[in-house]
Amino acid sequence: MARKMKTLDGNEAAASIAYRVNEICAIYPITPSSTMGELADQWASEGRKNIWGTVPHVVEMQSEGGAAGAVHGALQTGALTTTFTASQGLLLMIPNMFKIAGELTPAVFHVAARSLAAQALSIFGDHSDVMAARMTGWAMLCSSSVQEAHDLALIAQHATLASRIPFIHFFDGFRTSHEVSKIEVLDDGDVRAMIDDDLVRAHRDRALNPDRPVIRGVAQNPDVYFQARESVNPYYAALPEHVRTAMDRFAGLTGRQYKLFEYFGAADAERVVVLMGSGAETARETIERLNQDGANAGLVQVHLFRPFSAADLLASIPLSVRSIAVLDRTKEPGAAGEPLYQDVLTAFCEAVALGGRSSMPHITGGRYGLSSKEFTPAMVKAVIDNLSSNTPKNHFTVGINDDVSHTSLEYDRAFVTEAEDVVGCVFYGLGADGTVGANKNSIKIIGEEASGYAQGFFVYDSKKSGSRTTSHLRFGPRPIRSTYLVQRARFIACHQFQLVHQLDMLREAVEGAVFLLNSPFSVEGVWDELPASLQEQLIGKRIRFYVIDADAVAEAAGMAGRINTIMQTCFFAISGVLPRDEAIEKIKQSIRATYGRKGADLVEQNFAAVDRTLEHLCEVTLPANVTSTRERAPVVPADAPAFVQQVTAMMMAGRGDDLPVSALPADGTYPSATARWEKRNISDTVPEWQPAICIQCGNCALVCPHSAIRVRYCDQSALAVAPTGFRSAPLAGRGFPNLRFTLQIAVEDCTGCELCVETCPARSLESAGTRAINMTAKAPLFDRERMNFAFFETLPDNVHGRMDASLVRGVQYLTPMFEYSGACAGCGETPYLRLLTQLFGDRLLVANATGCSSIYGGNLPTTPWSINRDGHGPAWANSLFEDNAEFGLGYRLSLDKHREQARELLEALEPQLGADRVGEIRDARQVTPEEVDQQRRRVAALAVDLAAIDRADARALRGLLEHLVRRSVWIVGGDGWAYDIGYGGLDHVLASGRNVNILVLDTEVYSNTGGQASKSTPRGAVAKFAAGGKRGRKKDLGLMAVAYGNVYVAQIAMGASPQQTLDAFLEAEAHDGPSLIIAYSHCIAHGINMRYGLRQQKLATDCGHWPLYRFKPPTNGYAPQFVLDSQAPSIPVKAYAYNEIRYKMLTYMNPDEAARLLALAQQDVDQRWSVYTSMAERWPARSGHPERSRIGRKEPVEVS
Amino acid sequence: MNLATRYMGLMLDSPLVASASPLSQRLDTIRELEDRGASAVVLFSLFEEQIRHDAGALDYFMRVGTDSFGEALSYFPVVEGCEVGPSQYLELIRKASAAVDIPIIASLNGTTDRGWIDFATLMEEAGAKAIELNIYYIPTAMHRTGAQIEEQYLDVVARVKSAVSIPVAVKVGPYFSSFAHMAGRLDRAGANALVLFNRFYQPDFDIETRAVAPTLSLSTPEEIRLPLLWIALLYGHVKCSLAATTGVHSATEVIKYLMAGADVVMSTSALLRHGPSWLAGVHQDLNEWMERKGYESVDQLRGSMSHKALPDSMAFVRGNYIRILESYKSPT
Repeated sequence: MARKMKTLDGNEAAASIAYRVNEICAIYPITPSSTMGELADQWASEGRKNIWGTVPHVVEMQSEGGAAGAVHGALQTGALTTTFTASQGLLLMIPNMFKIAGELTPAVFHVAARSLAAQALSIFGDHSDVMAARMTGWAMLCSSSVQEAHDLALIAQHATLASRIPFIHFFDGFRTSHEVSKIEVLDDGDVRAMIDDDLVRAHRDRALNPDRPVIRGVAQNPDVYFQARESVNPYYAALPEHVRTAMDRFAGLTGRQYKLFEYFGAADAERVVVLMGSGAETARETIERLNQDGANAGLVQVHLFRPFSAADLLASIPLSVRSIAVLDRTKEPGAAGEPLYQDVLTAFCEAVALGGRSSMPHITGGRYGLSSKEFTPAMVKAVIDNLSSNTPKNHFTVGINDDVSHTSLEYDRAFVTEAEDVVGCVFYGLGADGTVGANKNSIKIIGEEASGYAQGFFVYDSKKSGSRTTSHLRFGPRPIRSTYLVQRARFIACHQFQLVHQLDMLREAVEGAVFLLNSPFSVEGVWDELPASLQEQLIGKRIRFYVIDADAVAEAAGMAGRINTIMQTCFFAISGVLPRDEAIEKIKQSIRATYGRKGADLVEQNFAAVDRTLEHLCEVTLPANVTSTRERAPVVPADAPAFVQQVTAMMMAGRGDDLPVSALPADGTYPSATARWEKRNISDTVPEWQPAICIQCGNCALVCPHSAIRVRYCDQSALAVAPTGFRSAPLAGRGFPNLRFTLQIAVEDCTGCELCVETCPARSLESAGTRAINMTAKAPLFDRERMNFAFFETLPDNVHGRMDASLVRGVQYLTPMFEYSGACAGCGETPYLRLLTQLFGDRLLVANATGCSSIYGGNLPTTPWSINRDGHGPAWANSLFEDNAEFGLGYRLSLDKHREQARELLEALEPQLGADRVGEIRDARQVTPEEVDQQRRRVAALAVDLAAIDRADARALRGLLEHLVRRSVWIVGGDGWAYDIGYGGLDHVLASGRNVNILVLDTEVYSNTGGQASKSTPRGAVAKFAAGGKRGRKKDLGLMAVAYGNVYVAQIAMGASPQQTLDAFLEAEAHDGPSLIIAYSHCIAHGINMRYGLRQQKLATDCGHWPLYRFKPPTNGYAPQFVLDSQAPSIPVKAYAYNEIRYKMLTYMNPDEAARLLALAQQDVDQRWSVYTSMAERWPARSGHPERSRIGRKEPVEVS
Repeated sequence: MNLATRYMGLMLDSPLVASASPLSQRLDTIRELEDRGASAVVLFSLFEEQIRHDAGALDYFMRVGTDSFGEALSYFPVVEGCEVGPSQYLELIRKASAAVDIPIIASLNGTTDRGWIDFATLMEEAGAKAIELNIYYIPTAMHRTGAQIEEQYLDVVARVKSAVSIPVAVKVGPYFSSFAHMAGRLDRAGANALVLFNRFYQPDFDIETRAVAPTLSLSTPEEIRLPLLWIALLYGHVKCSLAATTGVHSATEVIKYLMAGADVVMSTSALLRHGPSWLAGVHQDLNEWMERKGYESVDQLRGSMSHKALPDSMAFVRGNYIRILESYKSPT
């Protein structure tokens, strides 16, 4: 009976089984496993049933630790339970995993194996996480492909029920989890046939049950623990047989026979490679080719890693073997060798020692593919060649250039094993332009052809806006095992013209390949627009070059900006993968399927676009010679710092793989201020300042998420050498007759979000639609504005003291030390961070939780955290997700200790320094920036004097002097951290009473990982794991902190009151104790036009969803104050919420539920407001009057 | 008192109809309208533009930012049934038709040729007893002629008439160069009723904030004069029914409109101001007046002061102006 074939990725393949054989899924999102949990949640909300006819419950927990606990509890009470995780998440589950295995409880955890954060975090794939869990006693079963991720998920489920040992089923993160492939899917009948209901019943019978009570989790003593630990041995001894049985039963059903260890290659191989995971697919492809040329090599693919059955391993390897290379996709620093290598070595050693083998082959071990580093046939060949070397390297690495420890093997990049009958295609696009979606659709279409196989892999860069995407697709007549990026491309497409100036896109092109370019230039004119190197490749490789103005075709069809269907049509038309007419018919079918219910005209527009496409697709006749003098601009200018030029620039150019080990800092320390060298130019429009209309209020500079608006005042004489066209205006305000105000735009860094325009309160008298800052096309003013900005950067900084930086109008002059991040255009979080650096940046330490802020803050190649002209700036680190508050507390403990020591030493040196001076420094008040600067000067003078004192304590003091200047510790993160996984630590830090400031950038959802609900998600909002609208109300984190009594708490929203925001930052810093600021951050996950983000902030406050307040703890005997800064709700919640898709979509899906939750949300608002007003009455502001509303309505300003 | 009325072939208990308004958005208020005496309810308009916009917005916001960043390939869950369409409106038609005995008249403001037909068809299928075409179109394009605009209106009517078999009313504004001619053409195009007149909401300026503010002001009794004039002129000259709307605040306006020749009189503003209970009061007043004047039925009253009934009245065709001049005629 033919089964269905389906095109899907590894995550879906595994989840499809896990969902059907479980009753409970307790999860927590973490890349790259999140999709599995999301699919389970989606299926549950659709009412899909498992094989027992019931819909599994899917529950999102507060952390992986919580998920593991919930899983343990559910298992102990007899439910079939699973979870999906990776990396750090798996680590957090380890304690429970010991318990679950110790209690012999069947379960399967599905892991998209990912690197662990060590010198850096990485979201990409290797085996470090599962290897870290290998001591837990779990069985470990490894899948190497999407088909295996599907099949072995089921085999694991059978085996765990039979053996009672829990299983980790793992596959390579991203490489397999996100690879799209055509596989045979198992139907419910297959799944049923693999699960014995007797075993399920046995599991239930062992459950905790008051009808047959038992106790578990006892404490044991030295008299029995050892024996009890050993009592599990028979279960582990029996496990390999259970797995074999499962595999055989599976083979009977499907014809696919798996083994614990599978051998491929020459029956009499002398050289054998042992590995597991996706690399095995590549190794197999390579060995097949090498053996065609008589290499006589073989490969052992490991499926069951734990328990490690030495007998099965040895039995799988031909006796002819002379040398073995064991490849580990992990690193265990300090070990005698990596885990798989050690196991293989031990197996052979024991066999030889016990007489099972007569001789010991030469066994080497090596590391490959860490963090999804490419693992190619050339590297496999190098490993095998190494075995034949006279002096084979052991503990080698392959795929990198290790010029420090010299572990790396050389490999021949020209060795390629892509089959002739497999068509490799590479597509370059920009995020959200539909390229990836269209390619996934193409894979589906081709996959549906009975004879075709298709594979797709997608590469993204690290930015959240304007990011580049590269799609690697292969099509062929056989299952595709090439688990590496396309090396020989017959078809290359570039969907965004500007990429030709940024990327070397014909590198993989074979001779005679097709290159399709979306070009705004005519077929005659496009040649002259190409860089010389591209022209050279086109000619040299005899490329068939096609162009189409896809944007114009889309526009004409009424679908401006939607080019994906058009480019997809071109692909099918010229790649020859499918017959043209058939392909076009299939495209139209899928258009109907996608848009049919959304509107007939959407379908027709798409059809029109498809039909128009072919008339506009043109082949370009290549000239005989290169004519262009254009070349790609250098990635960074010549005056960039050395590290930036040598290392950062390479990464920016996409050539990071070529960096040798010596180029990377050993301890993971990187310089700041690197984002300024990355001129991304992702927007075609930029703001233009109109000095005559401007009232110099400072709002635009305050709200710019990318710090692309810079403001300074200077003496007018400084402008004598300004370039023509440099705009300035007299500084508004009395007493500064010679000062000029200037506002400049970093046009290459602006993302075009338009928040500055939306926030500007000033309007032209003559034209009400013209503000003091308006968007305009970038191209005409590009050169001029670059010169203006370069000149602007030479103007002196404005120092504290001349302008009142406690006002929005004053803070705009302060130098930002957070600039040009890779955050989404219009991000709601970044303006708060930038403000933080303007106020305290030169003495700031930031502990940053994992999340959006750690990604746009610290994802290589660049960081937006920056420095001032003195070279000072924020010192920043990301530790983990769950520990961020504690991590920041650690900063404060250390700073306080060192300051205490410095003071002790200072006092001890009183005779030498004088009591007055010592007292002045020791007791200096350092609250205002001026006071801090004064102390800096005192300390600098002291350093000079100390140098002349020849005493041990003077020398010691010199090493600690900097601690006498006040340092500011800020603990930053999102709501996922603060409300959920990090809450325990946050709570403890609040309770500690220490002087730390906590800034929660509250987007009300897990933004970084794609919008999963957190406890901050409000009632009625739709998010992943709250697909039917969040039922529970939003947690009131602020109120919980107020309850401590000694914590400064502020709830702020820049779009509702910039001044209150500023006040809160200053008050938090001044408060000598814990401070908590919760900052409303609009986000792309809210489903809004980001240009209206600040408007939404104001509406959130106006409707009472986000009241603004500041709780000031009691000081010096005065009572606490609860200052309510916003007014009573004046509009219904609906007026705010229904501007956002996250609320609105529920009204489409389930109008009754939407109405119900909206009514409850309105009640939440009313209730909360009454609690807050009663607190404001109980703890009034000091003057005795309720403090007036801080909301500055933007007064209309007339400026001539 | 016989208040029975025939409107586009529908038999109604009285000439008082609740016009399109927020009161017709919910089942409970629709029921209350029936209880208080509305003889039919015109639902709030379905705006094709709104649906297309919202569908486009939903599609856009679900798509934006997707497949850009490896950790967040999408920002929203995949959910079934998340589509923007007329389904909620159609569901209301179904429910309302089942809940009340009085006819539910759906109201449609379309924008595309296809949209007019598709939505009208769906409305008929859902059980609407009639459709009111709310042709609300402000011709701002300077190159479009009056004739082109008129053709557009007629085209819409023709399309919808060809697609449905239930009666089709056409609600228009008065801004045609030759309104009588237009009314006749609409009548011949198959309109089963003319609803006079649509009120166009013009924006206002807030001079302090210098922002354009949309306004929603309820009508006043003075506003009946324009529709009153035209109903009086058209009565008897068109085959289709005539519905009066705008400015109805008491039985007085109802009576005036009926006398001019209206088949039904619709109210929105009064219902929004006073609630559905207002209808009961109007019915009572209407009954009392008719009794006092000796009328036995609304049919008897209808058109009694139309131009047809007062052919010599210059007031209709020349307005007050001529009366004023006349006073200066030399006495002969």
